Amino acid sequence: MIRVFLPAHLRSLAKIEGEVTLEVRHPVTQRSLMDALEARFPVLRGTIRDHVSQKRRPFLRFFASQEDLSHEGLDTLLPDTVVSGQEAFLIIGSVAGG
Amino acid sequence: MSKVRVLVGTRKGGFIVTSDGKRQNWDISGPHFGGWEIYHIKGSPVDPNRLYASQSSSWFGQVIERSNDGGKSWEAVGNEFKYEGLPGTHQWYDGTPHPWEFKRVWHLEPSLDDPDKVFAGVEDAALFQTVDGGKTWQEIPGLRQHHSGTKWAPGAGGMCLHTILLDPHDPGRMYIAISAAGAFRSDDFGKTWRPINQGLRSEYIPDPTAEVGHCVHRIAMHPSHPNVLFMQKHWDVMRSDNAGDSWQEVSGNLPTDFGFPIEVHSHEPETIYVVPIKSDSEHYPPDGKLRVFRSRKGGMEWEALTNGLPQRDCYVNVLRNAMAVDSLDACGVYFGTTGGQVYASADAGDNWVSIVQNLPPVLSVEVQTLP
Repeated sequence: MIRVFLPAHLRSLAKIEGEVTLEVRHPVTQRSLMDALEARFPVLRGTIRDHVSQKRRPFLRFFASQEDLSHEGLDTLLPDTVVSGQEAFLIIGSVAGG
Repeated sequence: MSKVRVLVGTRKGGFIVTSDGKRQNWDISGPHFGGWEIYHIKGSPVDPNRLYASQSSSWFGQVIERSNDGGKSWEAVGNEFKYEGLPGTHQWYDGTPHPWEFKRVWHLEPSLDDPDKVFAGVEDAALFQTVDGGKTWQEIPGLRQHHSGTKWAPGAGGMCLHTILLDPHDPGRMYIAISAAGAFRSDDFGKTWRPINQGLRSEYIPDPTAEVGHCVHRIAMHPSHPNVLFMQKHWDVMRSDNAGDSWQEVSGNLPTDFGFPIEVHSHEPETIYVVPIKSDSEHYPPDGKLRVFRSRKGGMEWEALTNGLPQRDCYVNVLRNAMAVDSLDACGVYFGTTGGQVYASADAGDNWVSIVQNLPPVLSVEVQTLP
């Protein structure tokens, strides 16, 4: 099972608490993970990646195992620690000040 | 007794403010969708408990919410706004071609006869519609594909389609307005469009009387006189008596003819309201006095309405979608400010009270009059 951690607003939108655990088809990539996440929570479509281009929205970043995966290819394999469920795949929103 | 439901969109959520027909005591619910920008909330005229809300965020993009119970509960519906065909380009701020990119929904206009049908005005400027209650959205491409589309350019707030007016007497006729392209009319259900900007004069563009390029802030219409349009432009208050074929300036004795909203009294088609704002770029009321101006003659002769509004040290703005009227007798008038106040008048503007004081900056105000 893949663990995914979402920003608070997306957890509210999807009506979930805490981490999400997902079955993701192999090979496990950003694309297959996002496909599985959006299939389980259709309300998240378009909120993390663009509907058409499937590019990550610019104010969001992807991290796992203390690595920035934001600029990895959509079809690059995710780290074994994510695939094994040892580490969560983190979707992080940029910080805004006031 | 009738009731009033005020739908308030703010920078950090939506709020619903309700009262009975006396409009003296108000209850507030919210924030709905806290932390999100709520550009617009509007109800269906045929099913007042069917509400639609435009919820957006720089982080997470666009979400459309729908309520079937007057805003007690909400359900996210479809949020894919895909331009028809190859998007093409419009002008960027520096005059270079820039590809159309969807950013957000500014305005939701439910159909006059079908609660599942809604028009959406979006940034970058285009018109979309749903016929399935918001599950799916399709562009009405004739507008954006008008030959002038490549010349449209954004105003400082973005290139937004912010106003949609539906003619209750002619289902094929609709009006829209875009900053900064101008006003447009369709007479064939949106299939084709024509710019209706003759008579506008905008000194801030190379050709002040160009076919397009005018920064129209808002247009308004009384449903009983759909050929009479009123416009608040980026300077100049205008009126048209021929469905937009030509316009005349009616700024008259206003202290400044800059502003954002314009609204029409619900029972008096020649009584109109504006909120004059100081510009360039200050965008606050002249002399620190928040004044609504009313004309009972369709423009030119204006009176300041000040009872209950701050008359010193007030430097808020009133944005283009942030004014509305109810249909009670006497007509109620409502507006929200960037300072988070919502003001209401239960006597057509003669007296005002602040019904909410400390909201986030108000982006939009709509009013429903309920049985």
